[in-house]
Amino acid sequence: MLLPDPFEPLFNLQRALDSFRASPWLNSGPSAGGTFPPLNVFRKGEDFVVIIELPGISKSELDIQVKGNTIRIAGAKSVQYPEKAGLHRRERLAGRFDRAITIPVEVDAEKVRAEYRDGILALFLPRAERDKPRSIKLS
Amino acid sequence: MVAPQELAVQEKKELTSKEEKTVPARYYIPTTDIYETDEALTLVMELPGVEKDDVEVKLEGDVLQVEGRIDFTKYDGMEPVYAEYNVGNYARAFTLSDKVNQDGISADLRDGVLTLTLPKAKQAVPRRIAVS
Repeated sequence: MLLPDPFEPLFNLQRALDSFRASPWLNSGPSAGGTFPPLNVFRKGEDFVVIIELPGISKSELDIQVKGNTIRIAGAKSVQYPEKAGLHRRERLAGRFDRAITIPVEVDAEKVRAEYRDGILALFLPRAERDKPRSIKLS
Repeated sequence: MVAPQELAVQEKKELTSKEEKTVPARYYIPTTDIYETDEALTLVMELPGVEKDDVEVKLEGDVLQVEGRIDFTKYDGMEPVYAEYNVGNYARAFTLSDKVNQDGISADLRDGVLTLTLPKAKQAVPRRIAVS
């Protein structure tokens, strides 16, 4: 008997994410600002979750705004070195960012939640009640 | 002085090693800064999504290996609709040129950033010779 492979869910997730690279889902509205930070969007039930990798940001530097179905994520990332250090490798980038995305569903702006943990910013976007699909009963 | 940098999207680099992993899931190379002071070598690595207990740091001879695993069960019940980056575990190894005091290595993980401080072994700390 074959035992379930614990890495299979991760592999499947990676493949699923690959197939949604450059999906036209976000392109339906005008997105403004930069392309940093990169983000992924998931559907969870009827709601949407935006996941953004933003390691090493202080919460006070993050500014998230929601208006209609546009979400703006702005902030600053800083990288510091001690004064008398010799720098061998410098790969981490720092600076200000400001990105706005327009998602193709209506969001209940009052109920949007943001969580920052382990360098990951998660935005929980509940779909507006009037935007939810309704099943049509056949008579 | 270091020149200012622009914040730009850095495409995650996939780890390619001589040996293949037995599992097909992809590993990524964490973005890393390395700097050195008179006393220590410091590595700062970005491991977004990795929790404290899922970091493994090994020093074997001169080779420092760092691995960070993400908890992908957090993605249960989530169906992607749009993706700009992929997720995966992180791994990276460095060959150290200086002798390091193994017992003094400290690691700190905060907001997805791992800071590894490797104090130099006594003989590697530069000694200033006064000219008389």
